[in-house]
Amino acid sequence: MKKSKKEITPDFFSNQKKGVDIKGKLVVGITQVAVLLIIAILFVILGIIVYEGRERFSWEFISSFPTDGMTKGGIFPALIGTFILVVVMSIAAVPFGTITAIYLTEYAKENSKIAAAVRFSVRTLAVVPSIIFGLFGLGFFIQFLGAGIDKTFNGGELHWGQPNILWASLTMSLLTLPVIIVSVEEALKTIPRELREASLALGATKWQTIKNVVLPGSVSGIMTGTILAVSRGAGEVAPILFTGAAYYLATLPESLSDQFMNLGYHIYIMSTQSSDVEKTMPIQFATTLVLLILTLSLNLVAVIIRSRIRRKAK
Amino acid sequence: MNPILQEKNNFTKESLKKQFRLSEFLAEKIISSVAFLSITIIVLIFFFVFKESLPIFNFGKADAVKTEINADSKPETYGETFTEELKPETYGSEPITQEELKPETYGEVTAEPAVTSTEDATELGHENNEGADKTWSTFFTTEWVPVSEHPRFGLLGLLIGTLKVTLIAMGIAGPLAVLAALYTSCFASKRVKETIKPIIEMLAAFPSVVIGFFALMVLATFFQDLFGYDSRLNAFIGGVAMALAAIPIIYTISEDALSAVPKTFSEASLALGASKWQTAFFVILPAATPGIFAALLLGVGRVFGETMIALMATGNAALLSSNPFESVRTFAATIGAEMAETVFGETHYSVLFFIGSLLFIFSFALNAIAEFYVKGKLIKKFQGK
Repeated sequence: MKKSKKEITPDFFSNQKKGVDIKGKLVVGITQVAVLLIIAILFVILGIIVYEGRERFSWEFISSFPTDGMTKGGIFPALIGTFILVVVMSIAAVPFGTITAIYLTEYAKENSKIAAAVRFSVRTLAVVPSIIFGLFGLGFFIQFLGAGIDKTFNGGELHWGQPNILWASLTMSLLTLPVIIVSVEEALKTIPRELREASLALGATKWQTIKNVVLPGSVSGIMTGTILAVSRGAGEVAPILFTGAAYYLATLPESLSDQFMNLGYHIYIMSTQSSDVEKTMPIQFATTLVLLILTLSLNLVAVIIRSRIRRKAK
Repeated sequence: MNPILQEKNNFTKESLKKQFRLSEFLAEKIISSVAFLSITIIVLIFFFVFKESLPIFNFGKADAVKTEINADSKPETYGETFTEELKPETYGSEPITQEELKPETYGEVTAEPAVTSTEDATELGHENNEGADKTWSTFFTTEWVPVSEHPRFGLLGLLIGTLKVTLIAMGIAGPLAVLAALYTSCFASKRVKETIKPIIEMLAAFPSVVIGFFALMVLATFFQDLFGYDSRLNAFIGGVAMALAAIPIIYTISEDALSAVPKTFSEASLALGASKWQTAFFVILPAATPGIFAALLLGVGRVFGETMIALMATGNAALLSSNPFESVRTFAATIGAEMAETVFGETHYSVLFFIGSLLFIFSFALNAIAEFYVKGKLIKKFQGK
């Protein structure tokens, strides 16, 4: 028995590997090709956009207004519009997202049905098509809230009941809420139980523990969530199609009730509805490059912070 | 030991009872009520998206008056704010379920068990051919001509277009992403895995407008040169582009599912003499099927509702053909393209919202299936049935 085992082990396996492995190698090879193909596509997209966009990409392009019916000039207002959008969006979404995450990790009981419902809605929010948020923004924020405000305070004069940057930002904040919740929750979970217990044992109440022990430890998680949300919000176009984005504006938005230009919307409009698509091609590629740099670098930062959190947790 | 413990226990209980801290109480209440916001948002989305589509459920003007009464008798479901939004003729105030539709017997509808399917409603719509019932009768046709003297809202053409694009996109993204996930979790060394995963997930950071733009400018030309078909933008281009959007989702979730298969499974298989690839394909992959199924469902959800790519790369013509190289128009793209041009309260506006509610219900259902099916299956599987 022992002898046969000794005989089989090394020979048997090495032989089998030599003989049968053609099929095995093929199968593994196919999966490898899938990986390489995806990565190749990714870099081809990146490469082409960088290559085509580089000639117009300059500081002047970023910092100047579009001129000559958007066939020349830069994308400054679109950049500023996107910036305001993500700032207002973050102001709305970050506190709510953080608090929801605190509820889920600190207050919700293990088998609570309510917590399960909250989790389910968060996940649903994450998969609802972005155009639905646009419809909701139009139906709820503009036609219901905005028109309601106009009716009660402005005597029916149309001011808030039309697309503007506030409604667009709030719509976007709903879309990015799950991103923040998930990141913060993950960060909260990495805080060791012992820290909480120590704080409670010293006589601190639950809220004091959360405020002074848990939250400071999860700042990086909140940051990751915010950055990811900003990256997502900067790139989404569907939710703002009819909640506030404008084709062309000669001035920057001055108040929250103004419309705004947006990088993604700019790309969409320029590439599909512009009178001379060929002529503005370099501008389109350069705009896409700017947007891509923005979202990818934000994501990279978030990934780096997140991997640090994970390493710390270990 | 025992008495001390007891004493301590008593002490704690008493002190707990005495100390009611307002700040604690408030903090907990505020935090939990904010957390419920996400539930509220889901409900509100459903309510408002559906609400704007209600006018198309109105059959004839005479009925509109009766439905008003009906609405008044059910204030809880509405709130008065609802009536402010009323736009005169085409308005019908049906509660959220369309099952309650029953045109002829409207007055007593509350007394009757109201069971009428959508199809019945359409037939009834034919009978009193007036007002918004025309809209219904055109729903099951294939013509989408929303702006004309006699607007026709044939949803079938859009449905076929959406399905076509979804099929193409999933046909590409599904196998590619699952195979890539299999390689990452079963064959790749740890170091390789740690480089591959973030790179593929970086694809998720590409905004859909960028992918759409790339498809419009580069892919469309490339594939037209390659295959030499007529229409530059078509279902195939849209499908390829959407596959790019779906790959990171399917990949990430399937990779998680594959990695979650207990090590004992693969160890047992390897110990029985199976090779690595045999283990991967015949042990790990079947064990992770529920997770991969969920990943594919969520991928479908993403493709089905994807707007910007569809707008930019599919050509946006609602043609009826099985040829993948013809232009198509999807549900989401229709909303995106036409909403800005509609007038509030008009039939076209309501129909677009109706399409929106269909999309919402569909994605909601997909997510629910993915979630509950997977949880049930996986738990059963890994905890020894």
